[in-house]
Amino acid sequence: MIQWLADFFGSMGTPGLVIWTMLKIVAITLPLPLCVAFLTLAERRVIGAMQSRCGPIRVGPNGILQPFADVLKMLFKEVVIPARANRLLFRFAPLLALAPAVAAWGTIPFSENLWLADLNAGLLYIMMMSSIGVYGIILAGWASNSRYALLGSLRSTAQLISYELAMGFALVGVILLANTLNLGDIVRHQAGGFWHWYFLPLFPLFVVYFIAAIAETNRHPFDMAEGESELVAGFHVEYSGIVFALFFLAEYMNMILLSVLAATLFLGGWMAPLPFFNELPLLGDGFLWLALKVAGLLFIFLWVRASFPRYRYDQIMRLGWKVFIPLTLVWIVVVAVAVRWSALFGGGA
Amino acid sequence: MNRLQRFLKTWLLLELLSGLGLTFRRMFKPKFTVHVPEEKTPQGPRFRGLHAQRRYPNGEERCIACKLCEAVCPALAITIDIAEREDGSRRTTRYDVDLSKCIYCGLCMESCPVDSIVLTRIYEYHGEQHSDLCFTKDMLLAIGDHYEAQIAKNLEEDAPYR
Repeated sequence: MIQWLADFFGSMGTPGLVIWTMLKIVAITLPLPLCVAFLTLAERRVIGAMQSRCGPIRVGPNGILQPFADVLKMLFKEVVIPARANRLLFRFAPLLALAPAVAAWGTIPFSENLWLADLNAGLLYIMMMSSIGVYGIILAGWASNSRYALLGSLRSTAQLISYELAMGFALVGVILLANTLNLGDIVRHQAGGFWHWYFLPLFPLFVVYFIAAIAETNRHPFDMAEGESELVAGFHVEYSGIVFALFFLAEYMNMILLSVLAATLFLGGWMAPLPFFNELPLLGDGFLWLALKVAGLLFIFLWVRASFPRYRYDQIMRLGWKVFIPLTLVWIVVVAVAVRWSALFGGGA
Repeated sequence: MNRLQRFLKTWLLLELLSGLGLTFRRMFKPKFTVHVPEEKTPQGPRFRGLHAQRRYPNGEERCIACKLCEAVCPALAITIDIAEREDGSRRTTRYDVDLSKCIYCGLCMESCPVDSIVLTRIYEYHGEQHSDLCFTKDMLLAIGDHYEAQIAKNLEEDAPYR
């Protein structure tokens, strides 16, 4: 069916290609808000269970319709714009936070031949997009003309800069091993069972990457940007209704994106954990495995949120600059030496 | 050795992992949630909810208008007027409780020499304006008549401790 559609639009020349690309974009971006919706439900249920309570269970069977009720509530709420806010930037900021979070999905390989763009610098593109997202947060804090919002956005910026470095270094290890920036090729390098996945040789980098990912998305225990107890809600204090929902959407999309990226780079993307799974029907290599890995990683996001208290601001900075960056630098050297060594004496990395 | 232990503890994230383990085990334990419309928490005989006035089994109201409850009420929620009835007994002509003032301390109930004013187990009620929350003597007597069995049981259970 997909092949047939591809051929059909391919035979139409450029207009067909445009339509086909648009269709693919829709196929990627439409399920995303749904995933976010159910991620919020999963978050509330998981954290509830960890705190010995139920979480939302009233709307629909077992609370399954709760996200839709939340969305409806958000839609009908008034969007209040503070009197002295910069009206243009105030409205523009959530879009600037959301758009990169969606755009970054363009190069994610969902399975062997299921993706939007096979970029050779895919990893770089995703890093770029996830960095642009912070402009939305800065602008939101600045345009609100509120001290809490400004402080929240400043913290968020500082945090993002610190952890982007550690994250980038962690990814350098992957690039060294795979010798490519193409996400699909990185996954193909990890083919053949879970002992070929990169999280084993790069375990410290994997841990650093994941913690940095939590910090990048401003999640617990690194949610200094929101810090309910001291900054009310940080950069989105002044946002309400559907505009707030956009920020919310962006945050959760980034969470999913970084989990997908972690699964792709360190956990073998769409590959099955054991080679003989390929032979089985239903299970084979493909999107299902990627989804499972991502679900597991997202669970860790929620799990961490339920377990740990918030870091103090200077502790966050110390962890980022004095622990993660030296750690990743050392391990990169180790990896580089190992790669060079095996290239010289072994049969290639 | 101690330094090595601390080094390992820090870099292997042992304490963080044990914290995660705790929350993970918690996830499968029974939940404390009371599903409120269907389930309710148990109440003791001393539960202090909505007020009621009681009668004797022969239908005579207990209140002798001694005004002790009015005097003891720290929130000044009780207002009492007194008059002599045709048979010469001392009775209240007005016994108002302003629930918007009441703090449900139960002192009126403790001060009452004839167990007339009591606090029942009713706690689910509301008023949409202030006057809805001003209960008169007739209303209090009606509540007392309706819940007499439960009230008597509460008092009996609590009696050894009073």
